[in-house]
Amino acid sequence: MHIPDGFLSTLVAVIFWGFSAIAVAYALRRVGKDLGERQVPLMGVLAAAIFAGQLLNFSVTGGTSGHLLGAALATILLGPWAAVIVLTSVVSIQALIFQDGGLLALGANLFNMAVIGVTVSYFVYTSVKKLARGRSWGLFVGGFLAAWLSIVVASLSAALQLALSGTSPANISVPAMSGIHMLIGIGEGLITVGALAFLYSARRDLFTPVGSSPKGGALVWVFGLAIALALAVLSPLASTHPDGLMWVARQHGFLDAARAPFYKVLPSYIFPGISNKAVSTIAASILGTLLVFGVALGVAYLRRKKVV
Amino acid sequence: MDGRAKFLLTVAFILTVSLTPMAAWPIYILLFALVLSVEILSALGIWYVLKRALLALPFMLAAFPVIFTVGQTTLFSFSLGAWTLTAHSEGLERFISIAVKSWLSVQAAILMAASTPFPELLQAMRAVGIPRLLVSMFGMMWRYSFVLVDEALRLMRARAARSGQSSQAGAKAGGSVLWRARLTGGMAGSLFLRAFERSDRIYVAMLSRGYDGEVRSVPLPPMTSATWAELLAGLACLGLLLFSGILFWG
Amino acid sequence: MHHSIEVEHLSFSYPDGHPALVDVSLHIAPGEKVALVGPNGAGKSTLVLHLNGILSGDGRVQVCGLEVGEKTLGRVRAAVGLVFQNPDDQLFSPTVYEDVAFGPLYQGLGPEEVVERVASALSAVSMQPYARRVSHHLSVGEKKRIAIATVLSMTPEVLVLDEPTSGLDPRARRSLIHLLCDLPMTMLVSSHDLAMVRELLPRMVIMDEGRIVADGPTQALMQDGRLLEAHGLEMP
Repeated sequence: MHIPDGFLSTLVAVIFWGFSAIAVAYALRRVGKDLGERQVPLMGVLAAAIFAGQLLNFSVTGGTSGHLLGAALATILLGPWAAVIVLTSVVSIQALIFQDGGLLALGANLFNMAVIGVTVSYFVYTSVKKLARGRSWGLFVGGFLAAWLSIVVASLSAALQLALSGTSPANISVPAMSGIHMLIGIGEGLITVGALAFLYSARRDLFTPVGSSPKGGALVWVFGLAIALALAVLSPLASTHPDGLMWVARQHGFLDAARAPFYKVLPSYIFPGISNKAVSTIAASILGTLLVFGVALGVAYLRRKKVV
Repeated sequence: MDGRAKFLLTVAFILTVSLTPMAAWPIYILLFALVLSVEILSALGIWYVLKRALLALPFMLAAFPVIFTVGQTTLFSFSLGAWTLTAHSEGLERFISIAVKSWLSVQAAILMAASTPFPELLQAMRAVGIPRLLVSMFGMMWRYSFVLVDEALRLMRARAARSGQSSQAGAKAGGSVLWRARLTGGMAGSLFLRAFERSDRIYVAMLSRGYDGEVRSVPLPPMTSATWAELLAGLACLGLLLFSGILFWG
Repeated sequence: MHHSIEVEHLSFSYPDGHPALVDVSLHIAPGEKVALVGPNGAGKSTLVLHLNGILSGDGRVQVCGLEVGEKTLGRVRAAVGLVFQNPDDQLFSPTVYEDVAFGPLYQGLGPEEVVERVASALSAVSMQPYARRVSHHLSVGEKKRIAIATVLSMTPEVLVLDEPTSGLDPRARRSLIHLLCDLPMTMLVSSHDLAMVRELLPRMVIMDEGRIVADGPTQALMQDGRLLEAHGLEMP
């Protein structure tokens, strides 16, 4: 689900950077108020724990394996604001060190995993817990559903981002992504429940204070509900009418195109004296290739001099 | 080279790649030349970077359908059962462009990550104005991911050491998927619990050295003029490539 | 002249009601090197955490003439350097340099002085070349040394160490003992390593079940086999 660079159009990438930046900045402020001075060690170490927890896998069948993403677990244990920050750390470090997801695409990835993952988890978990009225099945059923739905909704969001960028048509990417992640989500749900069961028997005290209702929880709840609903409505719509999204993609394709005449002050040929576009493209390619070798040789030469 | 300059140049490079129009092949080649020469300079081993850069390849599946849905010019078509798929040259162009762009961007990111110690990246993030609180959290997460990954690996080793097979006939090793998943969940839970307890101890260790909740860090060393020159030259180079890309292929 | 550490009638119970310290009184003079021994759960760590105000129970705790309380917290924490058992908990910054600089930075010292403090703390533990290293890649012995440097950089009057020799191989243990031997400040060392205690610390305090059950010269207490055995200790 970590979208690499190159798959999102610049506009989509930048817009989602904006969304994520706002959400993370707001969460940082809330966390500062709720947790006080403990926040840095607590969240730093838990982010590392989620990161390490993602290594724990179990074999499903025939060489495939399931493993944890952790959005729901973090939300249940830490509350929504801290969970946003913890997942932001995890997703950012994965992009920075392991190239798991791109840097320009990081905004979109943060939006899917840290913002959507957490808000949807929070919405599902608190709703189920309310239904359960404090009985312990609420924790486990809520945990499973939160984990499962957060994965599926996040993947839908990723599919729509790809479709918006004109990278992948919605009628294919939405069913494909959500189908795969409905399966992955089951693994996520099972591990989350296993982890919750362990923590519930070992440290019951972790669940009462944090899970209750932090300030601004209602906002997160509404947001989670809105996102889940919006994507639930949008996705089938987008996949049955892929033209709609393609139209949007084309619209900002037009934005790019609209700029073009502005730059086209040069005559319609590209290399002076060569009027055929194909030929000039080939000429430019050859020039480029020569440049590659020139630069590479130059660099190698400089290096050799340095070594001696 | 200064980590801050590397960070900014990498981001600028990826942005340039992203903004370069589809099918601007010569620009792609020039960008490739750029990243390739840095790869040679960095002494990481070209093959290492090129191989690792294929990481994003499986994701290409997601972009594969555009070959058939974008554009009008028919390249070829074939039928698969009831469906007839028609590939378009615009779609193919788009597909290859996306693949190339992704491959170039990943190379740049790998170069930065492999050639810059993480503490320097943290400095770079502070320098570009990412909130200190977030940066210090990144730092702490990075520090303890080593410790906790070791712990996770020890847990997995302990599980593997006890995952035997019975010599008794009919005893199926491994239990059910459900059971395995729950077990893994338990391991994750214990990892979390240890992390909780560790964060308590770290908090105490921080308090005992005067921590008061505010994030303070070592001041950043000033940027040298050489670093500025490198940074500006790199940005100018990228800007030129981008400009010509948009000019000719936009 | 004031005592380095003065604890009077200190009692403390954890939130679950379990009493960890019961009427503990302890006086340590400047320059003294004292061992704190006893079985696990005897209250050694709890006592140590009182010495720089992380826990506060009923009774009086005075450190270097400062009454430990809300107002003096900052100065108390600079005066008493706590080195924890697990160096991975103590070294929480990405690099060695940043970790050693943490204390001085929070004391609000100027940049030049921070640099100077870090350099002298690292040289006191003979680890100058390690400043730019990443903590994770160090050996346990090296981590223990750096952990000591992180409090030395605050120029404390009293050094409190929790299990300094645990997890060390004989060579690293030996070199750590030499290092502790050379440090001039008042020292309180909580440890199960009685061989180290006998070698390094002339005075010994035995705790069990939250109380101080013996306090005297190490040599004399070590002879008393029955006392040691009664509190789960073994003669080295």
